[in-house]
Amino acid sequence: MKKDLISITDFSKEEYLRIMDLAADFEKNPNQDLLKGKVVASLFFEPSTRTRLSFETAISRLGGRIVGFADPGSSSATKGETLHDTIKMVSNYADLIVMRHPLEGAARYAAEVSSVPIINAGDGANQHPSQTLLDMYSILKTQGTLDNINLFMVGDLKYGRTVHSLLQAMSEFEKPIFNFISPEILKMPETYKLSLKEKGIKYFEHEEFTDIISEADIIYMTRVQKERFSDPIEYEKVKNIYILRNAMLKNTKSNMKILHPLPRVNEIHPDVDGNEKAYYFDQARNGVFTREAIITHIMNLK
Amino acid sequence: MKEDIKKKLKLKVSAIKEGTVIDHIPAKNLFKVITILGLDKIENQITFGTNLESHKLGGKAIIKVTDKFFKDNEINKIALIAPHAKLNIIRDYEVVEKRIVETPETINGIVKCFNPKCITNNEIITTSFKVIVNEPLSLKCKYCEKITNGEQIQIY
Repeated sequence: MKKDLISITDFSKEEYLRIMDLAADFEKNPNQDLLKGKVVASLFFEPSTRTRLSFETAISRLGGRIVGFADPGSSSATKGETLHDTIKMVSNYADLIVMRHPLEGAARYAAEVSSVPIINAGDGANQHPSQTLLDMYSILKTQGTLDNINLFMVGDLKYGRTVHSLLQAMSEFEKPIFNFISPEILKMPETYKLSLKEKGIKYFEHEEFTDIISEADIIYMTRVQKERFSDPIEYEKVKNIYILRNAMLKNTKSNMKILHPLPRVNEIHPDVDGNEKAYYFDQARNGVFTREAIITHIMNLK
Repeated sequence: MKEDIKKKLKLKVSAIKEGTVIDHIPAKNLFKVITILGLDKIENQITFGTNLESHKLGGKAIIKVTDKFFKDNEINKIALIAPHAKLNIIRDYEVVEKRIVETPETINGIVKCFNPKCITNNEIITTSFKVIVNEPLSLKCKYCEKITNGEQIQIY
């Protein structure tokens, strides 16, 4: 049976750990010809420069060849072709499909239609599992473990798919502690808190972004997006509350690292960039190794 | 209700020779039940009554289908809109078996995903949900992974 990566919960803890091991290996030796002679389709029904370049770099470093499109304007979708038909056709050409789509559930559906493995590079506000795996790799690399991590999540915790997936994945490890910092209207949804309760995992909710971060091993920053607010006044009230500044890092732990899925707008002040606790650019670099690892795992190349 | 009228009603229910009587359907959902079970597309003799008195449901409906015996996966489809429905299986005018409707673990088709950005609302795809909670019904879309529940549940 073919293996896909659609949702972070498709993988077991063992699989997370295997991907972490493979990613560490690719970091030491990024150029390995495991995909030689293989064709990978990179289908971006919605533009995403960062994710696409990261995947395409990973494929190139594995020696594979890439076909596809970078935005829907140059795909047959503009002629009204259904996703079903596009995937049917492409799965006859390629050995693997990496896809990004604006509609939620598009990747799961594509996996049902396709005869070759699908990697979900983001389906609307739903899932973006390769981001979560690179976040986990960044945590493992900087903390030496995925167990007993005190993880602070800041910003838009209601709609942010990256925080939801990371919460689900980290819940599989030993004794994580979650701290959620967000305005009332962007709080972590009940369903995720309920799943933590069921697993007996500790979490705390805060509205203020203050000294409490001194406990953190990881601070995971997210963007508060204007388009999430129906009332612009509400946005104006909260947009400048959750800004991380260098001065706030004084009493934080020495092992603490700041992560952000990027792109950032103003939620991390540029004066943080020079601090050794700022890890977000290294995190993006880890994306290539993690994606090499995901492809290798999905396609059983090792 | 007078005893003799009750008897008559009971007689009516038992009045098919072979087939199935579906009782305790909420009156307002009668026609949805008919559609979901495809009773509007079969040739069997069907009689139904609606707005009958019921303490539990306010107004109930009943359907009698001659020569039709439902499989579990067929009948469980109506659990969404008639969770308290009871089936009487009739053989030679006798009730030989009583069954209740059980909410299935997955629901394919029937319900629309409430998320307008879900792929199932944008391409011709049969919806599929995992039942998270039975009562009140809460459904998780297999595709977009969003929860549809309560007032959001719309039958196709």
